[in-house]
Amino acid sequence: MFGDFVPLFLMIALALGLALTLLAAAAYIGPSRPSETKTMPYESGMDPVGSAHERYSVKFYLVAMIFIVFDVEVVFMWPWAASFHSFVESGAGLGVIAVLSLFTFILLVGLLYDVKKGGLDFEQ
Amino acid sequence: MDLSTAFPTLVTDLPAAFSMSVVGLVGLAMIVLDAFRNDHPAIPWLGVAALGVSAAWEATHLGAPQSTVFFETLRTGGFVAFINLIILLTGLATILLSVPYLNQLRYDYGEVYALIMFSTVGMIMLGSANNMVSIFLGLETMSVCLYVLTGFIREDEGAVESALKYFLLGAFSTGFFLYGIALMYGATGTMALPAMAAAELGTLSTRLLFWGGFALFLVGFFFKVSAAPFHMWTPDVYQGAPTPLTGYMSTATKAAAFAALILVLVHAVPGGEWQLSVAAVAVLTMVIGNVMALAQTNVKRLLAYSSIAHAGYVLVGLSAGTSAGYAGALFYLLVYAVMNIGAFGVMSMLEWDGKEGREQTLSSLAGIANDRPVLGSTMGIFMLSLIGFPPLGGFAGKYFVFAPAVDAGLTWLVVIGVLMSALSAYYYLRVVYVFWMQSADDVEATDPVRAAAFPRATVAATGTLVVCAVALVVLGVFFGGVLETTLGFFESTAMATAP
Amino acid sequence: MDVAPNWYLALSAVLFTIGTFGVLFRRNAIVVLMSVELMLNAVNLTLVTFSQSMGDPSGQLLVFFSIAVAAAEAAVGLAIVIAIFRSKVTVDITEINLFKH
Repeated sequence: MFGDFVPLFLMIALALGLALTLLAAAAYIGPSRPSETKTMPYESGMDPVGSAHERYSVKFYLVAMIFIVFDVEVVFMWPWAASFHSFVESGAGLGVIAVLSLFTFILLVGLLYDVKKGGLDFEQ
Repeated sequence: MDLSTAFPTLVTDLPAAFSMSVVGLVGLAMIVLDAFRNDHPAIPWLGVAALGVSAAWEATHLGAPQSTVFFETLRTGGFVAFINLIILLTGLATILLSVPYLNQLRYDYGEVYALIMFSTVGMIMLGSANNMVSIFLGLETMSVCLYVLTGFIREDEGAVESALKYFLLGAFSTGFFLYGIALMYGATGTMALPAMAAAELGTLSTRLLFWGGFALFLVGFFFKVSAAPFHMWTPDVYQGAPTPLTGYMSTATKAAAFAALILVLVHAVPGGEWQLSVAAVAVLTMVIGNVMALAQTNVKRLLAYSSIAHAGYVLVGLSAGTSAGYAGALFYLLVYAVMNIGAFGVMSMLEWDGKEGREQTLSSLAGIANDRPVLGSTMGIFMLSLIGFPPLGGFAGKYFVFAPAVDAGLTWLVVIGVLMSALSAYYYLRVVYVFWMQSADDVEATDPVRAAAFPRATVAATGTLVVCAVALVVLGVFFGGVLETTLGFFESTAMATAP
Repeated sequence: MDVAPNWYLALSAVLFTIGTFGVLFRRNAIVVLMSVELMLNAVNLTLVTFSQSMGDPSGQLLVFFSIAVAAAEAAVGLAIVIAIFRSKVTVDITEINLFKH
């Protein structure tokens, strides 16, 4: 049953093998004379200033968290949309819209609270 | 399912979700009010009104026949009304006790009360579940709100730390719980509790799948009711969380989780094969809770271990596996809710913001009852009832969980239970002794200005404590009616063979 | 090509175990949080597999709720971790032990 995929596996094995061989060859055969200038991130650019591990503003986390929560609510709309037609055909179209309206209303209350409390206010 | 009848059914079933809808919608209204008028003082009273109306509604439905609604996902009837009544009244008491406490700490956020409402919605769903999906949803709605409520006092390192512990361990146990549901679902092919019992577990591997899943499921539940050996989080979380909310956590959560556990045991696994494992957990829980409580110097930590011990007593009733055992457990949950919310309520009135954080050691409260006689005497009643001293509610409660276990042949279990509650008299009476008999001069280094820093006791909060104390006396003397009601939930054939 | 449901179940059991060990042995609160999410997603895989192989939709129904709950838990968990980090400047859970006696 895996027969159809043999060429694909061969291809992956070849690509991996080639890449690893080249990397290994470069490390062993190539000359290695590191200097401070050479190991800089941008060899012929500006001198880097400060650390690369800068802390993000907490605001960023806040927006990310709000995004996760609102984003995931779509999982409930997807099955709703998928079964919408069968509900309409059985004459329950208005009811099914009412249900999603209630759901959206609850989400809107959350959004309203968020906006009012300044959760989406980037200027602060 | 015929889709054209789906919405008429939904609409006719709506009254069954009355409490859930009222509490949830008022919670949303509180959020909106808070968004426009930050921390408006009317917010807690909105909650009190909603919880009061819902509790009155549930009280009129105590005799309702048992059936299922919303396509067999939720149950209605006396059992559900009884559990909802406990949850709603506990929520009501919590809000009344929180108002002076949070005002004192200047953390009287409107969101706190809204979160209490949402958590209550989750508990109601948990206590009326007839389907694994409802159980999971109720449990998580409740828990996520409680994680936030534990840690919302951000300046207090202890509170945030206990929130982290509660959250990490809670989420971990959720994983096991959900995996258990998945395996039971795989073995039976259904999420509905009664259908699970009816499913044929033909082959050995199917049986293994089911019982393995059920074991994982129980681990999740034992964690939520803080039964040993899954109790590790309880002392730290109860100590760090804001005191009135600790009371809420230790009472309403347990009532809802135990109710769901009873529903699962009665409907999904009625065979009683689990009896010995539950009995073993009960022994461990009673022993660890009571022995560890002996050494505590912090009252909140002491009450945390005591609440572990009391989960053990309820488990004794469950392990009997009979109608009388379940009915006794329900009665015990009611009594326990009243006395524990009261005990934590008293402690929330006796707390101040010291240099070392919120101070709660027992010795710092020496002789406090002489300054605050109402708090002292109600605390005395709560402590005596927690011991199980007749004629208070705690005595009747213990009798009605222990007696069915003896009838079921678990005499050894009851012997351990009685010994452990005798042991518990030591630490409960020590609290009473320090409150009444000692004076501030007997102990070194009490804060001289402590009385000035206590939360100002409002009429509503003091009234709640007095009502709890009186209720314990009433429950201890006139237990017959309540017990008959709870017995009725399990005697009726509707409960046993619901669709 | 059809893969037998047992393989999915085995994969999800392995993922669940990895998640469990992650929770038990990692010290960084964020990594513990990620391990919990891994556990929940492993269960989702189990549920979908059972649901698909038995032709019963209620397993997938629970998965929708479980995804939403996992998102809510992640948001609350991150908020708590940030609150801890503000006061302690560490997210190492072995250093968060105010109540140890």
